[in-house]
Amino acid sequence: MSTAISISGLVKSFGPARALDGLDLSVETGDVHGFLGPNGAGKSTTIRILLGLLSADAGAVRLLGGDPWADAVALHRRLAYVPGDVNLWPNLSGGEAIDLLGRLRGGLDPRRRSELLERFELDPAKKCRAYSKGNRQKVALVAALAADVELLILDEPTSGLDPLMEANFEECIRELNAAGRTVLLSSHILAEVEALCDRVTIIRAGRTVETGSLADMRHVARTTIVVETDAPPDGLAALPGVHGLRIDGRRATFDVDTPQLDAVLAHLTQLGVRSLTSRPPTLEELFLRHYGDELHAPGEPPALSAAAR
Amino acid sequence: MTALTATGALVGLNLRRDRVVIPVCILIGAGFVLLTASSFQGLYPTVADRADFAATIRGNATFTALYGPGRALDSIGGLTAWRTSSSGAVWVALMSLLLVGRHTRADEERGLTELMRAGAVGRVAPVAAALIVAAALNLAIAALIALGLIGLGLPAAGSLALGAALGMTGLVFAGVAAVAAQVTASARAAHGIAGAALAAAFALRAAGDAGNGTLSWLSPIGWGQATHPFAGERWWPLLLGLAAAATLTAVALALLARRDLGAGLLATRPGPPAAGRNLRGALGLAVRLQRGALLAWSAGLFLGGLVIGSIGQNAGELVDGSKSLADIITQAGGGSVVDAFLASILALMALIATGYTISAGMRLRAEETAGHAESLLAAPVGRLPWAATHLVTTMAGSAVVLLAGGVGVGLAHAIGSHDAGQVPRFAGAALAQLPAVWVLGAVVVALFGLVPRAVSVAWAALGGCALLWFLGPLVDAPGWLLGISPFDHVPAVPAASLAAGPLLALTAVATALTCAGLAGFRRRDIG
Repeated sequence: MSTAISISGLVKSFGPARALDGLDLSVETGDVHGFLGPNGAGKSTTIRILLGLLSADAGAVRLLGGDPWADAVALHRRLAYVPGDVNLWPNLSGGEAIDLLGRLRGGLDPRRRSELLERFELDPAKKCRAYSKGNRQKVALVAALAADVELLILDEPTSGLDPLMEANFEECIRELNAAGRTVLLSSHILAEVEALCDRVTIIRAGRTVETGSLADMRHVARTTIVVETDAPPDGLAALPGVHGLRIDGRRATFDVDTPQLDAVLAHLTQLGVRSLTSRPPTLEELFLRHYGDELHAPGEPPALSAAAR
Repeated sequence: MTALTATGALVGLNLRRDRVVIPVCILIGAGFVLLTASSFQGLYPTVADRADFAATIRGNATFTALYGPGRALDSIGGLTAWRTSSSGAVWVALMSLLLVGRHTRADEERGLTELMRAGAVGRVAPVAAALIVAAALNLAIAALIALGLIGLGLPAAGSLALGAALGMTGLVFAGVAAVAAQVTASARAAHGIAGAALAAAFALRAAGDAGNGTLSWLSPIGWGQATHPFAGERWWPLLLGLAAAATLTAVALALLARRDLGAGLLATRPGPPAAGRNLRGALGLAVRLQRGALLAWSAGLFLGGLVIGSIGQNAGELVDGSKSLADIITQAGGGSVVDAFLASILALMALIATGYTISAGMRLRAEETAGHAESLLAAPVGRLPWAATHLVTTMAGSAVVLLAGGVGVGLAHAIGSHDAGQVPRFAGAALAQLPAVWVLGAVVVALFGLVPRAVSVAWAALGGCALLWFLGPLVDAPGWLLGISPFDHVPAVPAASLAAGPLLALTAVATALTCAGLAGFRRRDIG
């Protein structure tokens, strides 16, 4: 499998502020790749470097086999982009903006255009100045999704969309992915990432803290178990990998490191299991693991972890 | 009055946001008047000196059109009032209308007003706060001018009248801007309407003063001059201005009460559901974005040219009595008096047309900061081709604006002299100014590429050129200083013969600045 985006050791400073501090990101062709991080982590800066809008201070960046700065125009023919903050020309209508952006990429399929307009319930005759935030977002989405390109770069594409439109968006991405397109999806909405992405990269303060498939990440994270046993649930606290144990009569609730799951279950069977529910870690828990107190780096401003909780 | 709740807080906010701009504007406005007075004191210390100088001015139609009629020109005060009352009024008016527009419609378009009005802020408070700040600014300028002139030893009544006249004109245009801000939903259009009102006020005063004076009474700038500072002051014309300012404010508030937040008086019409054939690429977009301003500026300069061109007919008669002026004209190249007058009008038009050039060139930066450029540059549009689309529309648009002014002047002159050949003659003469205009346009590009944050410094460059053009010859500025302005190098066609050398040199300077800017833009970050 080839690599659509590969970034290693990317550094970008704005004056004294270091926005990116050795970021790594690798997106395989054909994947939907989630790009996660709290506000100000450097997601949009990374994307702007990928688009050749910003220059990198250090590090290696390859996009679709080319250099995003030097080969910008040729590469942009093969990708479409939805900015996080969609700003359109106030005196153009939505339809004009869609057509303009489409024509720059060599023309739109009119059938695809009208299908997407219908799907997103967008009135193309309105002036951009009159659109709400969600509708401006739809204009950018229709323009990007209607383009016949290899790679979609989407920076928080569903911010401002209602849940119905979000579902439409997810469906579109699944279709495009099934057709072999690559998608880089920066998002805050973890349910959306969980539903769409094969792999995710989590960044924090300009650095990659975790990357891999969701399945692998779940494996290294914890599973929550609620169990009711015949015998009193003793001895659990002594087992390796058990955290946050609470015992209420014969009912025990705890988290367990996924590699230790087998040993813990063996112990539970000896006690006689009456009922058991286990819940795999949600992306939210994975996410919080990196921003919460547990991995709180020394000297880190406490506001960040407080905000993440 | 709950409609005014939190006005005080908003006044504080506006002052905080403009804490640099406002003092600079006040200092430039007052400094212009005071420097003029003190340089007259140095240049013409005695009544006899001033009488000699006044003889070169009197009856000169160019001067009358530009500055207004001179009164009591044998006094320092009379000279100062004659020289500064028109251009000073344009300055305070421009300042007032930009300040009010910025804190009313521009804030509303950006959504700031919505944020404020969602707090415990009265409906009228944002407009009231903008007008209060503008009034305070004009009051400060008026007071500084009056006190400064008295400090220079000029008569108190005249000093007060000149300061009050300028402050009053500023107030009227603050009211004009407040009304314009209610009419249209776009801040750019609101500024355009207010700017057109100012241009009309200047043209009416110029035409009135060069004619029988009636038209001047339609212009707030004319009301200011009608106070006759240092020449037997009349105070009642100030009341005209105050009444107009109050009426305009009342109209603005009435319109505000009739419209929704974010909307203009006219509902936004739907646009075409699909793009037409002209909106094909980045160039099509640039033309679409710039064409409104281009049409407005061209129409404005054409009409202005018509008005001033028709005055030109009288220039020959007016100048007959002035022997020294005839000498000046002979030195300038020996053309006819009318040609000399119209050549200097074309030079003034070039300065005005450069206003279009700079605002059009600054579209590059505006598109970038608004985030529009990001959408285009993320599409297969290269940086240089994108910049080139706006560059081409700006530079070609400048030619169109100049041509419109030249055709206006030529047409009026052709009608007066029954000689259709005057139209191409003056159209060509106007185009001779193009290389100088391009240099200023290229300054915008250079700033945009190399120091994008400072791109509005280009306006200061135009202001400097205007100052050199208006004041330079008066204060006997040395040639090298005058030569800084590109407009100084343009031959005064059609009065003088066309010399290709300076025009080629100016074009080369413009090209070099443009290349430097584009090279910088290719390398820098976007956003």
